[in-house]
Amino acid sequence: MDFNDTPEEAKFRAEARAFLEASCKPKAAENDRMSRSLKPGEYMKAAKIYQRKKAEAGFAGITWAKEHGGRALPPIYAVIFNQEEAKFDAPFGVFAIGLGMCVPTVIAFASDEIKQRYVAKSLTGEEIWCQLFSEPGAGSDVAASKTKAVREGDEWVVNGQKVWTTGAHFSDFGILLARTNPEVEKHKGLTMFIIDMKAKGVDVRPIHQMSGGRDFNEVYFTDVRIPDTHRLGEPGMGWNVALVTLMNERLAVGGSAGPDYKEIFEFARTISSPTGEGRLIKNDAFRQKLADWIVRAEGYKLAKFRTMTALSKGQTPGPESSIGKVINANQMMDIGNSAIEALDHFGIVTESDLAPLEGAFHQSYMFAPGLRIAGGTDEILRNIIAERVLGLPQDQRTDKGVAFKDLPTGR
Amino acid sequence: MNFDFSDDQKSLKDQARKFLTEKAGAKVTRRVLDDASISYDENLWRAVADLGWLGAAIPEEHGGLGLGRLELCVLAEEIGRAAAPIPFSSTVYFFAEALMLAGNQAQKAALLPKVAAGETIGCFAVSEGPGAPSPSSIQAKFENGALSGAKIPVTDGDCAHHAVVLAKDGAGLSLVLVDLNQKGVVRTTLKTLDPTRGHAKLEFKGAAAERLGAAGQGWELAEAVLDRAAVLLAFEQLGGSQACIDMALDYAKSRYAFSRPIGSFQAIKHKLADMYVAIEVARSNAYFGAWALQTEAGELPFAAAAARAAASDAFHLAAKENIQVHGGMGFTWEVDAHLFFRRAKLLAVQAGAPAVWKEKLVKRLEQRNAA
Repeated sequence: MDFNDTPEEAKFRAEARAFLEASCKPKAAENDRMSRSLKPGEYMKAAKIYQRKKAEAGFAGITWAKEHGGRALPPIYAVIFNQEEAKFDAPFGVFAIGLGMCVPTVIAFASDEIKQRYVAKSLTGEEIWCQLFSEPGAGSDVAASKTKAVREGDEWVVNGQKVWTTGAHFSDFGILLARTNPEVEKHKGLTMFIIDMKAKGVDVRPIHQMSGGRDFNEVYFTDVRIPDTHRLGEPGMGWNVALVTLMNERLAVGGSAGPDYKEIFEFARTISSPTGEGRLIKNDAFRQKLADWIVRAEGYKLAKFRTMTALSKGQTPGPESSIGKVINANQMMDIGNSAIEALDHFGIVTESDLAPLEGAFHQSYMFAPGLRIAGGTDEILRNIIAERVLGLPQDQRTDKGVAFKDLPTGR
Repeated sequence: MNFDFSDDQKSLKDQARKFLTEKAGAKVTRRVLDDASISYDENLWRAVADLGWLGAAIPEEHGGLGLGRLELCVLAEEIGRAAAPIPFSSTVYFFAEALMLAGNQAQKAALLPKVAAGETIGCFAVSEGPGAPSPSSIQAKFENGALSGAKIPVTDGDCAHHAVVLAKDGAGLSLVLVDLNQKGVVRTTLKTLDPTRGHAKLEFKGAAAERLGAAGQGWELAEAVLDRAAVLLAFEQLGGSQACIDMALDYAKSRYAFSRPIGSFQAIKHKLADMYVAIEVARSNAYFGAWALQTEAGELPFAAAAARAAASDAFHLAAKENIQVHGGMGFTWEVDAHLFFRRAKLLAVQAGAPAVWKEKLVKRLEQRNAA
């Protein structure tokens, strides 16, 4: 048991570090993000330049096969790069969903011709991808998707609506889960496609989130035509394809973006305690909570090391990684909330020049409710842990053996 | 990075589990539970000694196997899973660790071989009454080679041959080593929440004793022993937690209500998922503790506190929710759930309660940041 890099890993880490030092700025604070200081257009430009450099230097697609422009290294090398990259203010966010979830699905299910067309350009950041699964009537129950694709010769005609599509407004392509046969059981009538987000009939509208931001979209499809060559997997096998994507989602969404125990620890040294012991850090109730946050944050970090150790030994990522989001989303909420309450009446102030950490705790507080839902709600993730890790039986279902078109839908 | 136990260590763990499934388990634990006149299972103790477990981490020159602390961690996990009714933790994690950490050559040579052979049961005596001890609360006193005062409770103090005791020594505190089989020692057994482990009040009336480690270093040494023991206890707690979730899962899959397995209900699923998350958090922190213990890393105090805090909370959750999943049956004497519920509480408080370790964790974060 050791945390030390092997000589090869150490060499790789040094290479990664050298690349990052030459390509981006170190973070002054844990929370530094280029996206805060740049306008969206400028940020996208910077992101694409960075991604191209990263691909040219061989740090994009570290685990991907060589034929797809990767380096075919074990996942531990991707972890090492991510660890180093996290110390820099690097604009990698816009590619995360495409490279983490969509394109691996394309690689797994598309023809060679299609792979040649799309994979390389995604890796260099030239083309950005999004994932089109959720619908207004299909959230946790994503297999209830209603967006319809009807075959017409060598094409499919798509009509319907997706929702919560991250980055749809700047994406070039997406992977789309659509209903191709409503006459069979719901899991058996779905098919996955690659869709051109700039095609005629695709209408992207931003969603105004409760947190104020507009990071997600609704996407409407009106008679959008997709060539059959852009189908991923056989017709009716879309659910199996989606499971491969979602398996990757849990790895991609696991990380936390907000302030964690280190930030609230520093904060607690600057703010007074509600019970008059001087600083909040002297308050026993706060210290006990802080210890719980440390245990969970460190536990999650170390659990990832365990997963990655298993991965480097050649095992595939399991549903165990579901624990990450259950821990992080709730911790983010709890830490944000505790910092705000510690500020007493002043906690209501979000002015970035007045609030601590330029309002990062407030952003956590307002974003955490979304994180508890995105990429599988807390409840769905607990079901996944219970059924796939612990082997408990599925809930009794009312949708087995019933054609999709005959299922009750409610509101 | 290789954040896992080696194949050899895993195979040792498998052997340990197999052995304990055969020779220990609820039946053996219940023998001690149901008979107030015995404080541990002698057959199991003998068998564990024969396997060399008591001396797993003791150097070969002192009669041990000279394996590492990682091997001890995997054994601890299995002992915890079996809720074994033997004074393993007191003797191995506390007494032997204290000797190896602070003992002089003569002390080590005299006692470690006997520990390894299962001839000497040891214990570690700090608590003197209600509440967490502090350097100023300790009243037991070591003077001119004689120990006086009382320690209560002492885990395995009813069956131990020797004790390491924290006592006042001049202006400071020292650890002292005392043979419990002498006239100046009075033992009174105590009823506790966990009768599957013996407990006693030890009264010292001028008992012959000697310092273990430097005079005046008692508190610091005790803390160092506790850090080591904390990691090993965390593994016992982890094993106990795992036994609880395994029991609960087994029951949830086979118990039917409303004409279906109760494990198909989300209320039960989510309970078990929460147990799983807590156990995984505890396991990860315990592994880090194991690494720090094995490598004698500077991170040990931080890692030990995190491992201990996580494991105490996980075991408490797993033990109480295991009862809940079992419903009415879980509240009966016959179902084994209470064995773990009892053991969870003993392990949570015996070397400092969860709140104590959480406070240590934050203090150590502050120290780390100041450095």
